[in-house]
Amino acid sequence: MRQRSLIAITAALAAGALTLTACGSRDGDGGSDSNGGGTTVVIGVDAPLTGDLSALGLGIKNSVDLAVKTANKDKYVEGVTFKIEALDDQGQPSAGQQNATKFVANEDVLGVVGPLNSSVAESMQKVFDDAKLVEVSPANTNPALTQGPDWQTKKERQYKSYFRTATTDAIQGPFAAQYVYNDAKKKKVFVIDDKKTYGAGLAATFSEEFKKLGGQVVGTEHIDPDTKDFSAVATKVKSSGADVVYYGGEYPQAGPLSKQIKAAGAKIPLVGGDGIYSADFIKLAGASGTGDLATSVGAPVEELPSAKEFVANYKTEGYKEAYEAYGGYSYDSAWAIIEAVKKVVEDNNGELPDDARAKVTEAMQGVSFDGVTGKVSFDEFGDATNKQLTVYSVENGAWNAAKSGTYGG
Amino acid sequence: MNELPQQLVNGLLLGSMYGLVAIGYTMVYGIVQLINFAHGEIFMVGGFGALTVYLYVLPDGTSLWVALPLMLIGGIIVAVLVAVGAERFAYRPLRTAPRLAPLITAIGLSLALQQAVWAWYPDARSAITFPQIDGGPFEIGSVTIQTGDVFLLIAAPISMAILAYFVMKTRTGRGMQATAQDPDTAKLMGINTDRIIVVAFALGATFAAIGAVAYGLKYGEVQFRMGFILGLKAFTAAVLGGIGNIYGAMLGGVVLGVAEALSTAYIADIPGMDQFGSQSWANVWAFVLLILVLLFRPQGLLGERVADRA
Repeated sequence: MRQRSLIAITAALAAGALTLTACGSRDGDGGSDSNGGGTTVVIGVDAPLTGDLSALGLGIKNSVDLAVKTANKDKYVEGVTFKIEALDDQGQPSAGQQNATKFVANEDVLGVVGPLNSSVAESMQKVFDDAKLVEVSPANTNPALTQGPDWQTKKERQYKSYFRTATTDAIQGPFAAQYVYNDAKKKKVFVIDDKKTYGAGLAATFSEEFKKLGGQVVGTEHIDPDTKDFSAVATKVKSSGADVVYYGGEYPQAGPLSKQIKAAGAKIPLVGGDGIYSADFIKLAGASGTGDLATSVGAPVEELPSAKEFVANYKTEGYKEAYEAYGGYSYDSAWAIIEAVKKVVEDNNGELPDDARAKVTEAMQGVSFDGVTGKVSFDEFGDATNKQLTVYSVENGAWNAAKSGTYGG
Repeated sequence: MNELPQQLVNGLLLGSMYGLVAIGYTMVYGIVQLINFAHGEIFMVGGFGALTVYLYVLPDGTSLWVALPLMLIGGIIVAVLVAVGAERFAYRPLRTAPRLAPLITAIGLSLALQQAVWAWYPDARSAITFPQIDGGPFEIGSVTIQTGDVFLLIAAPISMAILAYFVMKTRTGRGMQATAQDPDTAKLMGINTDRIIVVAFALGATFAAIGAVAYGLKYGEVQFRMGFILGLKAFTAAVLGGIGNIYGAMLGGVVLGVAEALSTAYIADIPGMDQFGSQSWANVWAFVLLILVLLFRPQGLLGERVADRA
C-alpha cells in the first residue's frame, strides 16, 4: 500500500514539476533611474531570450537596442534619453503576462516591443490595454490579435494599444499556398501544425487557399511541440503520397520534422511560415533540408535600400547574435515608439505630459516613416500597411530569397 | 503502402530508448524505494558528456568509428559521476527521512542540473547538433531503418543482456537482489548495502548515457531539456512494466513506444475519433494505457516479483 501511494504522490509531483518549468529564471534590470536634466523613457522588450526560440528573441532584443542607441546618438527626441528593458518570456504565455504586469508597473515604460509568439501576445494584450501602454509586435502574425476572433467574417479591433509591423497569416498562409501551387507546381499537400495560436492559424489559412486553387489536402496531423520523435508522423506522410508538406509552427520542431520526413523516404519539401525562417532551422534539418521553403514577412532585409544602414550599424555594434527574421521589424517597431514619443513631446512644449502613455498610444495610430522594412504605418486595426512577403528556399545551407511580392487576394 | 510494419519499428525504436532510461528508475526503486526524478537529467548530462568528448577532446574530423566508443565512455563517465554524486550528497543524508523528502530533493536536483547545463555549457541555451553516422538508410521490405537508429537497435538488447548477466550471475548482482529483498538482513549477512546502492545508481546512469548517445544519433541534437519529458516517459515505462523489475522496464518501454506510434497512425481512422488521433494525442494515449494497466494489473505488466527486483 505504501508503495502505491508513493506512486500517486510522485505523479502529482511530476505534474507540479511540469508547471514549474514554465517559470524559470529571467533576467533584466530595472531601469527607472533618470539621468541629469533630461527625461528617461524606457522601451520594454518582451521576447524569448532563452530556450528553443532564443535565436529569434535575441535578434529582436538587439535590434531594439540598436534603435534606441541610434535615437540617443542623434538626439532624435530633444531632452529625452531612451533605454531598453528586456524581459524573457521563454515563449510562454504565462511568463509574458507577468512581464506585461512588470512593464505596466514601471512608470518610465512608454512602449513595449514584442512579443515573438502570437499565443504570448494574447495573454499580454489586455494588461497593456488596461494601462493604455502601447505594444508593437515585430513578429505576431495571427490575424485575430488585431481583427478579432471572427476576422474572416466580421473584422473588429480588439485593443487600441496593440500594433504590429509584421503582416498577418491571413496573407502569409495564402501567399505560401499560391507559391506552392502555381510556382512550385505541387498539388498534393500534407498539412501539419503544432496546435498553437500561430501554427494552427497559419496551417488553416494555407489549406483553405490551397484547396481553393485546386490542390488536394491528402492528410493532416497535429504534433506535440514538447517531443522530438516524429517518426510515426513521417511514416504517415510517406504513405499518404503527398508531394509537399506544409508545417504551421516554429523551427525547433520544423527542423527535426523535415529531417525525419526525408529519412522516412518521402523526398518532398517542407514549407513553413516565418516561424521556421531561421538559421537554426537549417542546422536542425541537416543536409536533407535543401529545397525546403519558408515564407517570411517583408522583403529580404539585405536587399532593401532602406535596410543597408541597419545592417551596417548592426555589424558595427558587434552584437553576438544575428538579427534573424524579425530584426528589421523590431527596429521599426522600436522606431515607431520613438516617433510617437517625439510627437507627444513636441506637442507638449518639449516635455512629457502626465498622461504620456495614453498620448503615445494615440500618436502611434498616426505614425508614418520610412523604416528598415519600407514604409511603416498602421491601418485602423493596428496592422502594418506594408503587406509584402517573400518566399525563401534552403540552398547550400542558407536561406535564399526565391520570390518577393504582395498577396493579391 | 501498408505502414504497419514501419510503425511497429518506429515504436520499437522509441520504446527501446524509453527502456534504456527506465532501467535506472527501476533499479534504484527496486533497491532503495526511491523514485529518482533527476534520472532524466542524468540521461541529459550523459548526452552532453558524449558531445563534449566529440567537440572538445577529440581532434576535428575524427572518424565516428573511433569517436563513438570514446563518446560512449565519456558520456557514461559524466553520467555516473553525477548520479553517484547525487546519491552521496543528495539522497544518502536523507535515507532515513520520510519518503517524501528525497523525492522533493530529486525534483530540485532535476531542475538544478537543467539550469546548470543551461547556464554553463557553451551554446546550450538552444539545441546543439550531435554528430551523425554517415550512410543511407537500410531498407528491409517496406521498412526503413535509419543509420542513426542502428546503434539503438544493437545497443538496447546488448545492454539488457549484460545487465541480466550482471544481476543474476555476479556477486555484486546477487548482493543487489539480496538488498532489494531485505536491506537489513542483507546487511547482517555481510553485504555492504551502501556500496550496492552506489552500484545501482551507477548502472542506471550507464544505461541512461547509452540511451542519450542513441538519442543524439537518432535526432541529431542534444539540449538541456531533453531529459525532462523523456524521463517522465521512462518512469511511466518502468511503472507499466512493474517498477523494480528490470525486464519489465524494457518491456514497458517497448509497449509504450509502440502504443504511441500506433495511436498516432491509427486512432484517427476509427470513426468518430479523428480529432483524437494526431501525434499531439500520443501522450494522452500512453497515459490512458498506463491507467488501464494500473487499474487491472496494479503490479505492472511483469509484476514486481521480489526475487527479480534489482
